[in-house]
Amino acid sequence: MSKAIFINLVRFVVLVFIQVFLLKNISVYNISAPYFYILFILLLPFETPNLLLFVLAFITGLTIDAFYDTPGLNAAACILLAFVRIVFISITVQKEGFDNEPEPTLSIMGFRWFFTYALVLTLFHHFFLFYLESFNFSGLEYILGRVIFSSLFTVFLMLISGLLFFRRKERK
Amino acid sequence: MRNLWIFVSKYNAFFLFLIFEVSALVIYIKYNSFQKATFINSSNQLTGNLYARINEFYGYLSLKKVNDSLARENAQLRNQLKSSFYIDTIKKHKVTDTVYKQQYEYIVARVINNSVNRSNNYLTLNKGSNDGVTKGMGVICSKGIVGKVVYVSAHFAVVQSLLHKDSQFSAMLARNKDIGYVEWGDDINPRKCVLKDVSNNAQPRIGEWVVTSGYSLFPEGIPIGKVSSLHIKGGGYSLNMEVAVSVDFSKLEYVDVVENKFAGEQSGLEAQQKKDE
Repeated sequence: MSKAIFINLVRFVVLVFIQVFLLKNISVYNISAPYFYILFILLLPFETPNLLLFVLAFITGLTIDAFYDTPGLNAAACILLAFVRIVFISITVQKEGFDNEPEPTLSIMGFRWFFTYALVLTLFHHFFLFYLESFNFSGLEYILGRVIFSSLFTVFLMLISGLLFFRRKERK
Repeated sequence: MRNLWIFVSKYNAFFLFLIFEVSALVIYIKYNSFQKATFINSSNQLTGNLYARINEFYGYLSLKKVNDSLARENAQLRNQLKSSFYIDTIKKHKVTDTVYKQQYEYIVARVINNSVNRSNNYLTLNKGSNDGVTKGMGVICSKGIVGKVVYVSAHFAVVQSLLHKDSQFSAMLARNKDIGYVEWGDDINPRKCVLKDVSNNAQPRIGEWVVTSGYSLFPEGIPIGKVSSLHIKGGGYSLNMEVAVSVDFSKLEYVDVVENKFAGEQSGLEAQQKKDE
């Protein structure tokens, strides 16, 4: 238990650091800006209670907001992300498997499941984030393009990091 | 009552979602209407200091480029010194003998946080109210205008850059002084902005300089960019044109905050006139 807390704490700090000091300065042709930090919420253990999940998502969002000067924006998107995560997991994962599969990582859940999971959640998050940021529907196609390309970039980073920390299934 | 409780606890995820989402949106919308009135931004102590620390490190990476641009600016300024002019007319003598009262003063500041690829961009500077920066001052750099100060703490200031949906600055065509205003275009491109409401009689050319008009926060004649395209739909009685911004916002390092010594007097006088009407 304390090991899981420690791992997630380290993951939180590292992801926020990467997002704020590295990825914030990266954008491909002004159309693709990755929001990689949501990986933290994606990788929280299956057993996380709903309340804790929402609180963590809220804190993560606000931390990013503090650095991006947009109070509430990332927090709102992260809350939506947490909700979609709960729905998605309740649809696709059986409850009995929880003891053996503590975290929804690439190495545990397999490529196909993780890719769908990351893509769906990222699309929801980015769609909400970019439209809330622009706060109007005038540049509809342009922002939709930004959503799609940014999501691809983010998912790409997630898969890379998943493969980087890939471990064969170890059962104790 | 018991049924209601069972219902709520069965769908607890959805109700928690509603509660948190509403509170996040309230924060977001509240912040939107009171520009920077909240404390969650990059001029507070923790994030500001972290940014300053990281920026010190980044500074080393571009030392050479900064040195070059400073040397160039030095040379340019030296060219403007009185001693480097050959005085050949009496008129010039008169001009140099006149006693001026200084209207504009400049506070040099370093950009410690910057963004160009969002629909509303802000910069954070490492100078604050302790150094004389106040809300509403203009910010320029050696190549042109940057934006205006919207929020100040003791050691930091947040600048709403030209690349912001709400930014609007009075500007004119350098050649025949036709007045208009510049704002950022709709396509979120950090190299382009739009000059609007120029009178139909003006005959702008491609490549012509667009500069500040002196009606706003900036001294007259600070460059903004060059006219790059005339094919933008106008408002009927006025011309709109596209301007290629001369400042590369993604590479800003040092900027000057413009302090207009007469700003208080001017705005006081104008407020007086409004009150009398």
